[in-house]
Amino acid sequence: MAEEVKKLKVTIDNITLEVPQGTTILQAARMVGGDVVPPAMCYYTKLEGSGGKCRTCLVEVSKGSEADPRPMPKLVVSCRTGVMDGMEVKNITSPKVKEARNGVVEFLLLNHPLDCPVCDQAGECHLQDLGYEHGKQGTRYEFKRRTFDKHDLGPYIQLHMTRCILCYRCVITADQLTEKRVHGILSRGDHAEIATYIEKSLDNNFIGNVIDVCPVGALTDKTFRFKNRVWFTKPVNAHRECSCCSGKVTLWQRGEEVLRVTARKDQWGEVEEWICNECRFEKKKTTDWVIEGPTHVSRHSVISQGHYENMVKPKETFSAVHDGRKPKLLMDIHSVSEVNDPSIDLSEIQGPATGAVFNHPKQKA
Amino acid sequence: MIKFSEDKMKEVQAMIARYPEGKHKSALIPLLHLAQDEFGGWLSAETMDYVATLLQLESIEVYEVATFYSMFNLKPVGKHVFEVCHTGPCMLNGSDKIIEYIKKKLSISVGETTADDLFTLKTVECLGACGYAPMMQLGIHYREHLTEAKVDAIIEECRNKK
Amino acid sequence: MAKKLLLEKAHVEGIRYYDVYRREGGYAAVEKALKMDTGAVVEEVKKSGLRGRGGAGFPAGMKWSFLAKPEGVPRYLVCNADESEPGTFKDRYLMEVLPHLLIEGLIISSYALGSNITYIYIRGEYAWIVAILEQAISEAKENGFLGKNILGSGFDCEIYVQRGAGAYICGEETALIESLEGKRGNPRIKPPFPAVKGLWDCPTVVNNVETIAAVVPIMNMGGEAYSEIGVGRSTGTKLISACGNINKPGVYEIDMTISVEEFIYSEEYCGGIPNGKKLKACIPGGSSVPILPANLLLKTAKGETRYMNYESLSDGGFATGSMMGSGGFIVLDEDQCIVRNTLTLARFYRHESCGQCSPCREGTGWMEKILNKIEYGKGEMSDIDLLWDIQRKIEGNTICPLGDAAAWPVAAAIRHFRDEFEWHINNRELSQTQNYGLAHYADPIHVPEQVNA
Repeated sequence: MAEEVKKLKVTIDNITLEVPQGTTILQAARMVGGDVVPPAMCYYTKLEGSGGKCRTCLVEVSKGSEADPRPMPKLVVSCRTGVMDGMEVKNITSPKVKEARNGVVEFLLLNHPLDCPVCDQAGECHLQDLGYEHGKQGTRYEFKRRTFDKHDLGPYIQLHMTRCILCYRCVITADQLTEKRVHGILSRGDHAEIATYIEKSLDNNFIGNVIDVCPVGALTDKTFRFKNRVWFTKPVNAHRECSCCSGKVTLWQRGEEVLRVTARKDQWGEVEEWICNECRFEKKKTTDWVIEGPTHVSRHSVISQGHYENMVKPKETFSAVHDGRKPKLLMDIHSVSEVNDPSIDLSEIQGPATGAVFNHPKQKA
Repeated sequence: MIKFSEDKMKEVQAMIARYPEGKHKSALIPLLHLAQDEFGGWLSAETMDYVATLLQLESIEVYEVATFYSMFNLKPVGKHVFEVCHTGPCMLNGSDKIIEYIKKKLSISVGETTADDLFTLKTVECLGACGYAPMMQLGIHYREHLTEAKVDAIIEECRNKK
Repeated sequence: MAKKLLLEKAHVEGIRYYDVYRREGGYAAVEKALKMDTGAVVEEVKKSGLRGRGGAGFPAGMKWSFLAKPEGVPRYLVCNADESEPGTFKDRYLMEVLPHLLIEGLIISSYALGSNITYIYIRGEYAWIVAILEQAISEAKENGFLGKNILGSGFDCEIYVQRGAGAYICGEETALIESLEGKRGNPRIKPPFPAVKGLWDCPTVVNNVETIAAVVPIMNMGGEAYSEIGVGRSTGTKLISACGNINKPGVYEIDMTISVEEFIYSEEYCGGIPNGKKLKACIPGGSSVPILPANLLLKTAKGETRYMNYESLSDGGFATGSMMGSGGFIVLDEDQCIVRNTLTLARFYRHESCGQCSPCREGTGWMEKILNKIEYGKGEMSDIDLLWDIQRKIEGNTICPLGDAAAWPVAAAIRHFRDEFEWHINNRELSQTQNYGLAHYADPIHVPEQVNA
């Protein structure tokens, strides 16, 4: 018989709820949902030991618990602080939190290159969201931004260290999913960086997941590099039989073309099930997958601007107005045109195409 | 080839024995000190990989630690490393002038090594000798109450050491 | 002459070695303690009112009583000898001169806490002290004070010395534990606290060298008698490492009843300021505590004499007071530049930030850059307010106290020496060749008359 889990009462921004013992403030806030949920840049539910570092989820505890009602002297990280019975928490109702969070966002953006126009993460970047919600226009930082030596992490993963916020998620991911971690945090302080020390490629079969956990554009998919902006691509859920992972993914399509494969993410942007490199990097044909339907992007996101979900196909009226007659092709342009032949690959023609190319449609130039 | 002598290996074993079973990773920093002393005063990737195998760690675990602590040299250094403190209390007692003097005397900048590979000049943060400022670390010992004359004598002393 | 409890025998020749130390009454406290119940030893330390000597000043006995004691799980005592706070060199002196005092204190404390393996984590740069301590440990072992079944008490204990490798952050207790586990010195997110989950996830107490050493006189004289020395909640004696612009820098043991003025000017202690210069400012408790101008250092804002103890040094809070901290007493004479001093400290904290949390990683570097700009004649008036805003956004928002330690010196320098910053900015060229000088920083402060209710 399972022991009954003790329920704790907690109030977050004047909303009271009961949560099981062992729940953190952040988890409790996520149960409430909406605006009271603190942003989290380093915490990741699936990654044990993550959190506490970025300081964006700081909240004020105005009442410690029923037993000890004293307020906590400092703001606390909601991702690593457990709920106590009778605790009262202020997030968006606390001016202190607002100020501290604005400070943290400023610190996170201080050395950030703001190269969103050329960053593949743009559109699904948590730092962009955070900057949009809490940042200021313009910076008070007038010094040269930090740069790092470039490191090559192999054929799959592109590292842009200047964009990194040192959330440690990718390190914990490698620790938890792979047997042998080859990348880590080197140096310390404002020079700390993600690297392998001596050039090594990251090639464990599950290492691709570091791309999905990265909250910014520090680790991106090399096979998708500069292919498209994410908001122009259409996310669809798909699956395949895979021998090493669940095979449940999101395909990011442009037309019928699969531009990118990622794990499926929940409403907090966290991976639901880890996927293997083969699914992520090697299966880029629609025929590799069984399409389930459009991915529900519930996060307030630029991606949902594509409105792919619940899309209704316009009613086909042609046959109705023609008394059920099927539309008939009146003329095939290719059969009558001399200069429009789909069998000729224009890219293979040396120099500009001329009429001569099309005079002998059977012969390729 | 990087390998500890048999005597040094005994030291290594003794170091590991200080910790409960399975906690041998704790010996990493002491071992890196030993390796740095043994293998040329700095930690090459090869040296670090060797330490990793001794402690059955992944190389990256060693790199992460070695790059965190300021006492580990990740590039070759001169035979004698002048580590001059320039934090608050030493600054109040003229460490800036001492650093300038050493730079001039050895014709190198901070972080550089002389052409003969004899001297490296580094500035370091507080070494806990504030009452005896200005000061520097040379090898395992501190040289305190530095003056220009003392610096001259130290340089001479190092030159005479073969 | 003030009563000395720790350094009384410091000048006895050969006190570094076991025979002399023992002849001078050493290890009597171990003999006494091991006959007592462990709880009674903790009780004595509680009664003594001893406060942690590392900087935070947390009552040591209370810290000990928080130690979790789950069945079948080892407990550890770790001695924090990672002394790195600028201005502080007292532990170094104690370990170099009286290594057996530390070892004796460690044996008693290990017994009280039930630690069978105890580590001394010493900063890597104190390389030569490792040999001194290891010799003391082996002498103690040869004489039956360490090893198995010490003095027939049934208590086993080994002490090992672990060297760090250059990281101020490892003085923070959870970073120290991480480092001792062979990792990067990244402070842990608390809770859990070390008393519950410390070294190798076992209950752990981390105590400063001086705190541990003070356990010896507490055992010898009894907690009660120890608590009668000093004043108020500043019991016992405190080691002060004095440095900067004074005639007699060094380590002094004080009983916390003397005034700051006496400490600086009397022959027994610092012996005044060299070359007939005047006192401008002082950082009384290690680089992270607020710097005070001469007038607020010698007298509180209420016009009362300021004393060398926890309460008096912090009188007035951060607005007009400072802290006892680690006892690193840094004196600045009238020729010193507050901007430059603040810059070197900001550089120190930037260099020592572990880089884990964003306010400290980014904020410390930013403050250093702005201070650098002001110091080298490129500052603007708005930079002062910007500095103030940055330090405020670091303080209290970081994983460990290094963020606060970096913020406080900048805050206090601006709070008390804003004119000097402004002078630097308004006299960009002049400030490159000349200092602001003493200005009004030693003038008596106006004390508003008490309003009778």
